[in-house]
Amino acid sequence: MTSASIIKLSDVFLVTFQGELSDRDALTLREDLAKRVSGTGACGVLIDVSGLELVDSFLARTLHELAEVCALLAARTVVVGMRPEVAFALVELGLTLPDLETALNVDEGLSLLDGTGPR
Amino acid sequence: MTGVSTVQELPIQEEVDIVHVRQAAREAAVSVGFSLVDQTKVVTAASELARNTLQHGGGGVATVGLERTANHTTLQLVFRDDGPGIPDVEQALTDGYSSAGGLGLGLGGARRLADTFELDTKPGEGTTVTITFRTRSAVR
Repeated sequence: MTSASIIKLSDVFLVTFQGELSDRDALTLREDLAKRVSGTGACGVLIDVSGLELVDSFLARTLHELAEVCALLAARTVVVGMRPEVAFALVELGLTLPDLETALNVDEGLSLLDGTGPR
Repeated sequence: MTGVSTVQELPIQEEVDIVHVRQAAREAAVSVGFSLVDQTKVVTAASELARNTLQHGGGGVATVGLERTANHTTLQLVFRDDGPGIPDVEQALTDGYSSAGGLGLGLGGARRLADTFELDTKPGEGTTVTITFRTRSAVR
């Protein structure tokens, strides 16, 4: 039904989505990614949510937990590419996730992780 | 709401059904010409309530209905289960409260996203949540 793909770009993992993400898909991704970060010593994770038409409280919580797990594994997580309508719905839902780092797109996210972009 | 014309019924028995309910809600929202922001609100609320029906209600049924009047079209989503019911409705609507280890935004969040929100629950007999979204102007 869906695919989350994980691509390694030097020492950063890039996660992209296509289609609908079920709760199980989200949990599987969280575990896969944590294993790969731990196994490779990657220093950053970029989660590109531009392919998602919906981020509900379950997925938002899963992304937040993923960021916390990666932080314990010494990797910094940035969520990039959120669609404006998804942001509106999340805010009305009551979730703003202030401690989740975000960037406009993959490029900006990469420069944030490189330390060359704004903090 | 009376006179709901188009009704689609979907089972919520397993996790993948949450995705089916989201898809049906999106199709209905697109069919009445909701903006992308409004479509996303509909689908987000549907996702939260479908998950509640599965996790708290032990499964149930979602119905997606459309009511067309002269000036507006109303999209109605009903989530019904025969589960244990909600003992303390006020508490269940409070953000941050959850009996299933979630963030506890399902009910309160859906209430904020929708134009109207009704909750009917009886301990031991189940829960029905009805939300509606109305088009901003006439849709032909």
